[in-house]
Amino acid sequence: MNWTLVLPELVLAICGLLALVAGVIPKRDTSYAINMAVLGALLLSGVLVLVQPEGTAFAGQYVSDAFTKFTKLLVVAGAALGVLVAMDWNAKQGLAKFEFPILLLFSTIGMMIMLSANDLLTLYIGLELLSLSLYVIAAFDRDNGRSSEAGLKYFVLGALASGLLLYGASLIYGFSGTTNFDRIADAIGTAEAVPFGLVVGLVFVLAALAFKVSAVPFHMWTPDVYEGAPTPVTAFFASAPKVAAIGLLTRVAAGPFGDLAGQWQQIIILCSLASMVLGALAAIGQTNIKRLMAYSSIGHVGYALMGLAVGSELGVRALLVYMAIYLFTNVGAFAVLIAMRRNGQSLEKVEDLAGLGRTDPAMALAMTLFMFSMAGIPPLAGFFGKYFVIGAAIQGGFITLAVVGVLSSAVSAYYYLRVIKVMYFDAGIGALDARPASLSVVLAGTGLFTLFFFAFPGLFLSAAQAAVAALVG
Amino acid sequence: MNAAGFPLLTLLTFLPLVGAGILLFIRGEEAVVAANARWTALWTSLIVFALSLILWFSFDKSTAEFQFVELHQWMPEFGLSYHLGVDGISVLFVLLATLLTPICILASWESVQSRVREYMIAFLVLETMMIGMFSSMDMLMFYIFFEGVLIPMFLIIGVWGGQRRVYAAYKLFLYTLLGSLLMLLAVLTLWYMAGSTSIPELFKLQIAPSLQVWLFLAFFVSFAVKVPMWPVHTWLPDAHVEAPTAGSVILAGVLLKMGAYGFLRFSLPLLPQATEWFAPFIFTLSIVAVIYTSLVAMAQEDMKKLIAYSSVAHMGIVTLGIFSMNHQGLSGAIFQMLSHGVVAGALFLCVGVVYDRVHSREIARYGGVAKVMPVYGALFMLFTMASVALPGTAGFPGEFLVLVGIWQVNPWIAFFGATGMILGPCYMLWLYRRVLFSKLAKPEIKALLDLSPREYVTFAPLIVLTLWMGIYPSSFLSFFEASVAALLARHEAAMALPRLAGM
Repeated sequence: MNWTLVLPELVLAICGLLALVAGVIPKRDTSYAINMAVLGALLLSGVLVLVQPEGTAFAGQYVSDAFTKFTKLLVVAGAALGVLVAMDWNAKQGLAKFEFPILLLFSTIGMMIMLSANDLLTLYIGLELLSLSLYVIAAFDRDNGRSSEAGLKYFVLGALASGLLLYGASLIYGFSGTTNFDRIADAIGTAEAVPFGLVVGLVFVLAALAFKVSAVPFHMWTPDVYEGAPTPVTAFFASAPKVAAIGLLTRVAAGPFGDLAGQWQQIIILCSLASMVLGALAAIGQTNIKRLMAYSSIGHVGYALMGLAVGSELGVRALLVYMAIYLFTNVGAFAVLIAMRRNGQSLEKVEDLAGLGRTDPAMALAMTLFMFSMAGIPPLAGFFGKYFVIGAAIQGGFITLAVVGVLSSAVSAYYYLRVIKVMYFDAGIGALDARPASLSVVLAGTGLFTLFFFAFPGLFLSAAQAAVAALVG
Repeated sequence: MNAAGFPLLTLLTFLPLVGAGILLFIRGEEAVVAANARWTALWTSLIVFALSLILWFSFDKSTAEFQFVELHQWMPEFGLSYHLGVDGISVLFVLLATLLTPICILASWESVQSRVREYMIAFLVLETMMIGMFSSMDMLMFYIFFEGVLIPMFLIIGVWGGQRRVYAAYKLFLYTLLGSLLMLLAVLTLWYMAGSTSIPELFKLQIAPSLQVWLFLAFFVSFAVKVPMWPVHTWLPDAHVEAPTAGSVILAGVLLKMGAYGFLRFSLPLLPQATEWFAPFIFTLSIVAVIYTSLVAMAQEDMKKLIAYSSVAHMGIVTLGIFSMNHQGLSGAIFQMLSHGVVAGALFLCVGVVYDRVHSREIARYGGVAKVMPVYGALFMLFTMASVALPGTAGFPGEFLVLVGIWQVNPWIAFFGATGMILGPCYMLWLYRRVLFSKLAKPEIKALLDLSPREYVTFAPLIVLTLWMGIYPSSFLSFFEASVAALLARHEAAMALPRLAGM
């Protein structure tokens, strides 16, 4: 038993339980204090992840290495930002319940466990802890029909995906005799012919994970859930869990099934192509900005998967950098969406941003940066993400992926531009309500990151390099 | 090492950004902010211009090597570096950009009244992108600046443009973006092959002719849209018509040169076989551009549109010269790019002068302007003459050299190319007659005032340059003499190789 290795998860879990108790006992409203406590706990576990030693625990079920460190830090950062952007919105919507940050905290534990999973069962436990928390917060605005619908839809489809995952895991167990990643890799490596059932199991597992990352053709739930869930919840859905799921997918594909690359590559390539194209085309007609961002996130997953599809070290590294950039840009863009509020009413139409360039130049500028960055226009951060991913595709000889990637990037520029057009070119319809300080902080932070990524890419590139080395080596 | 003794090109590139940063922090009443924004932007651009004069005086014309080089690590493991430098081909374009920016800011002094601060920020960011692009020695940096230009340009047209500004801004952005993204594929391929994006490193590559064709096409799409070449030129008239005056000036003056510069910097030296192979294709497109857009220009009723189409025709001459692959043709093309930058910029300024007063670009709304604005009439005449390549003005040496160069390739191409010199005067003089002469009948035209002191200042440098380039072109030609010779020598050496290999 190596308890100290799981210290980040352990500390987070204890903090979560304490916060639950602390939230219930006092009579007055404790949500603000709990929010702060959860932020503190996330910060603490972030520091613990940073100093976490490498190694395995619980008889090889849990692993800690540079890859988990990289992805977990992203996840913790995404969760902290999620708490930060939700605070004020929840208070204004009358949703300031202390359970909200605690649910985010438990989902974070789930993500950290699944990223550290070295066994199909650990993976499943982490994923379910994440998913259960997400089902609840999707329906957090429980008196709102659309929110409840989002929660229910997500739950039913998520349960289906979990079923697929379990079925796939049982097939893999049946044909390899183990659920441990290292031993699965050994079994595949030493087998003369890979059993067909194992491949079928792999396909089931991949399908389930593709559902979690909302890659086409397992994306159907995304626009509806993104639209129905409260905006801060959507912001969270589109950031940390997505990074965690992509990280997990990468670990599963490159780790235990690394020798089966020839099998899963075809699936990932297809998912990547379809996601990029659908993300670009389907978003064009959207008027609800949350739906638009849902399709945009599907497109981004397509680009990230391109890095995995290539199956090279450079590709996985590009994927990690891409997800890091995506996380911060996306949270920033959603912070703007959360700030969209006029006369106390929360707004969701693209047109509601009209005239923002005049009424709130600073936020309009930040949103412009996020949109140009997502469209992949240099010198903003998003360009570098695309540059490395497409570069890896070209290096690996995947010309089709690269060409489809740049073409759908050009198409998607159209709807990102539309947001900018509405903000700057259209006549205004009155100022938005003043944005709270917490959102200003997030906007400033993510905006500066997007703008100045080009000045310090080495930081992310070398961390991603170490992560890939841990994964492959 | 660096002849200036300090990182001159970095300063030139990023000083405008510093100015833009200062603009962000101006506080106060709207009128005060506007006035401060104008002066801050003007001073920033003037300081940049003054600094850039160091390039003019201390550039060593005897060598084709890159000068004022700055090299820093950026992403070393990927072979990406922060690499700036200018050679004979690029140095004058840096100067053109630093010269035209203050002129544009002056030209917008009164015509832009809304969101002045944002406007000035956009122009300063644009200046950074332009200077950075012409002084990049790293292909990825080039690409970043090349495409980064789109952000300020999209906003300038979309926010401060005319009636159909949204359509024009979108068209500009999406056309250019699609082209550039295909170039990105080529950049990535070259990066993969060379393990570096440093231009001197890339020049050492030997690329298989079959791959050259693909790379050439990828570059071609991007640069052809930017030049713009027929038939992908249609974004240009729209963008010009809808852009504010200064936007048109910078668009015609500098941004159109980026495509042709790309051909000179990448396509020619990196892909010699493909260049030879595609030359007839480019000649065809260029000749169509020259004749067709000249005819289209004749049919225009909007002054800016007319000049926009004439720009396409003039850039057709430039591409003819570039792909003639001989000394006269190349020198002429570069010279024509510079002179067109000055002359087309000045012509758009001329349109801006009357547009500010009458608020119409429609030719039929004018007539007899020369009677009430004699000085303006004289200026417009000078630039019209330069545009139709009258000897003694900036337009002549470039076109003449290109035609001499292309004659050596094929007299028929020269013949068709020369029709541009006949059609040019047709539409330009006709425009001049309809706007400045004819009968002074309309009351609003009768009330026009001649140029203001600010407008004199705006035009003065362009007048000087138009005459200087026409009367003594050597002071400009000498800058790129050595670089053009080196480019040609490289090309011939590369063409000799496969013949030896029995191809």
